[in-house]
Amino acid sequence: MSTDQKPILSLQGVIKRFGGLTAVDQVSFDVPKGEVFALIGPNGAGKTTLFNCITGMHVPTAGRVVFEGRDIAGTKPYRTAQLGIARTFQNIRLFEYMSALDNVKVGEHVRMKAKLWDAIFRTPFARREEREVSERAMEHLRFVGIERHADNYARNLAYGQQRRLEIARALATEPHLLLLDEPAAGFTPQEKVELMRLVDKIISRGITVFLIEHDMRVVMEVSQRIVVLDHGEKIAEGPPAEVRKDQRVIDAYLGKSA
Amino acid sequence: MKRLRVFVRENSRNPNAIAYTVMAIGALALPGIVQFANGGNGDFLVSLAADGGVYVLLAIGLNVVVGFAGLLDLGYAAFFAIGSYTYGMLASAQLISSPIHHAVHIPFWIALLIGMFVAAGAGALLGAPTLRLRGDYLAIVTLGFGEIVPRFFRNMKDWTSGVNGISALDVPTLPFWITGPWASTQLAIEHNFRFVSFNPTAWYVLVVILIVISVIGVNNLYSSRLGRAWMAVREDETAAAAMGVNTVNTKLLAFAIGASFSGFAGAFYGAKLSLVSPDSFSFIVSITILSMVVLGGMGNIPGAMIGALLLYSVLYYFLPGAPAQATALAHNLGMDWLNQSSPDGWPGIAEFIHRLQFIIFGLILVGIMLLRPQGLLPSRLRAQELKRGVHDESAVVTT
Repeated sequence: MSTDQKPILSLQGVIKRFGGLTAVDQVSFDVPKGEVFALIGPNGAGKTTLFNCITGMHVPTAGRVVFEGRDIAGTKPYRTAQLGIARTFQNIRLFEYMSALDNVKVGEHVRMKAKLWDAIFRTPFARREEREVSERAMEHLRFVGIERHADNYARNLAYGQQRRLEIARALATEPHLLLLDEPAAGFTPQEKVELMRLVDKIISRGITVFLIEHDMRVVMEVSQRIVVLDHGEKIAEGPPAEVRKDQRVIDAYLGKSA
Repeated sequence: MKRLRVFVRENSRNPNAIAYTVMAIGALALPGIVQFANGGNGDFLVSLAADGGVYVLLAIGLNVVVGFAGLLDLGYAAFFAIGSYTYGMLASAQLISSPIHHAVHIPFWIALLIGMFVAAGAGALLGAPTLRLRGDYLAIVTLGFGEIVPRFFRNMKDWTSGVNGISALDVPTLPFWITGPWASTQLAIEHNFRFVSFNPTAWYVLVVILIVISVIGVNNLYSSRLGRAWMAVREDETAAAAMGVNTVNTKLLAFAIGASFSGFAGAFYGAKLSLVSPDSFSFIVSITILSMVVLGGMGNIPGAMIGALLLYSVLYYFLPGAPAQATALAHNLGMDWLNQSSPDGWPGIAEFIHRLQFIIFGLILVGIMLLRPQGLLPSRLRAQELKRGVHDESAVVTT
C-alpha cells in the first residue's frame, strides 16, 4: 500500500451539534484508500453520528467531509450513494417485505438507466437491463453466501443472513467506500471469523472499508488503522498495536484509575 | 398447444393469474350475457358496468400511491375531478361564457391524454409540499386537498358554471365501429361512429380497453426499477435513500402516476355522463376508492380491481335493487302486509330496506375485513405481514 496516495475520505474539523449537545467535536482524520479503517469508542462516543455526517443523513454543523477530492458535507444521502459511498446500519434496516434478491436490486438502482418510459412500456432496453441486474444481484448474494435465500423475504432470513444481505445490498451500489456500522454485533465467534473473511474479500475487490466495531479482536485483526472517539472527540489514531497501548484509550474504555 | 398447456399448468395455482383470467372472460362475456338475460333490454346494466370500469381505473391508480409507495392518500377524488373538469372545459361549449369567449373542442382521444397529464401535474404539485410528511400527516394534507379542489371548481363560476357544472360535453368519435348481437343489433360496421349515451356497449368496450392498457402499464411499472424504488421507500425511506434512491422524485412519481389514472378515468367519466358537476367528487368518493383498494388487497393490482368491482356492484347494483327485491320476496311469501306502511310507524319493507342501505353496506365492509383482513386477493406481502406474530417467534429461535 503506497502511502503517498491521496486518502479516499478525509474529515477536516467535523463538528455536529444537536442543540446544546456536541455529538462530534472537531474530528479530523484521513481514510487511506484500499485499507480497512476502523472507528471505535465507547457507547455514545458519536461514531454513528459521524457515519451519518459522511453519508449525508446529518449535515455537519461545521467542517469538511472530503470524498475523492470533493467536499460532500451536506450532500443528500442518495447523492453520496451515487458518488460511491455505501453503508450498512447498526440496527439492520432491510426492506423487510421484499425478497432478498429485490433488496439487492434496489442497491443496483443507482447504476440503472431505465427511464419512466422504459418502465411503463417495458422496452427491450429495460428488459435487458433487468436481466443484467438480476444476474449481478445474484452474484452479490453469492459473494456474501446467501444465494439460497434469494427468493425469501428479507425479514424471514436469520439474523446473520440479514447482516450479510445488508452488505450485499450495499455492495450492489458499486461503492468505492463501504461503511459498516457494527457488522459483527450479535455474532457468534464463528460468524465473526466468517465476517472477517468477507471483509478481506471486499478489500480485494478494491473497495475501501471503514467500519465501526465494538469487538476488539475483530478490530485488531481486520483493520490497518484505527481512530478512537470518546465524547465526540478523537482521542487516538494509529495502527492497532499502538492504539491498544494508548493510555487515553485505556482510560476511555476502562475508566480512569484514581 | 403444448405451450398453452404448460402455461396453464404453471399458472393454475397463481391466484393473480386466475383473477386476471376470470376478469378477462367476464369482461368479454358480460354485454352478451346481460343482453340475453334481459331479452335485449340490458343496456342499463351495460352502462352500469361501464361506470364500474371508471372505479376500476381509479382503484388501479390509487393502488399505485397507497399500495406500492405506501403513501396514504385520502383526497384521491381531487385528481378525478381535475381529469373530469379538464375534459369538460376542453371539449364543450363551456369556455364561450368564460373570459376567453371561445369554445374549445379538442377531440376526446387527445383530451384524454391532456386530462391524464394535467392530473399527473396536479399530483406532482400536491406531492411537492407534502413530501416531508409521512403516514397520518400526509393523509390529513391529502384530505384537505380533496376538499379544496371540488370547492375550487364550484367557485370558479366564470370558467366552470359553479354548482350547475359543465354539461353537453363532446362525445368521442371514431372513423368506424363494429356492432353486433352483443349489443342486441345486427352485425354491421358503422362509419363515422359517435359514442352516444344510448349505446352503452361502445362505452363499455372503451373502458375495458382503457383498463387493459392501464393494467399492462402498471404491471410493467411494478416489476421495474421504479416499482422497486416505490416499495423500498414504503419499507424504509432512510435505507432507500442510503442505497441511492432519490426518495423525493420517487414519491413525486408515485403521486403523479397514481393521479394520471384518475385523470384518465375522469375524462372518460365526464364524456360518458356528458356532465361534470362539483358534487360528483366529494370526500365519500375518495373513501370509497380507498375502501376498494384495501378490501381487494392493497398492493396487488388484480386485488384492487376485484375490490373495485365488488364494492361497486354492492353500492350501485345490489343496494339500490334491494328494496324492490325485498318487496317481491315479501309478496312471494304471501306477506304482502309487510309491503304496506302502517300507522304505527312501519314504513313498508321497501322503504325500510332503503333506510338500512348504509348499515348493510357498513356490515359488509366490517364483515369482509374481519374475515379477510389482508383483503380478498392480497399481495404476498400483506398475507405475510398479518402472520407477523408467527414469524417473529421463528426469528427469535434463529438468532
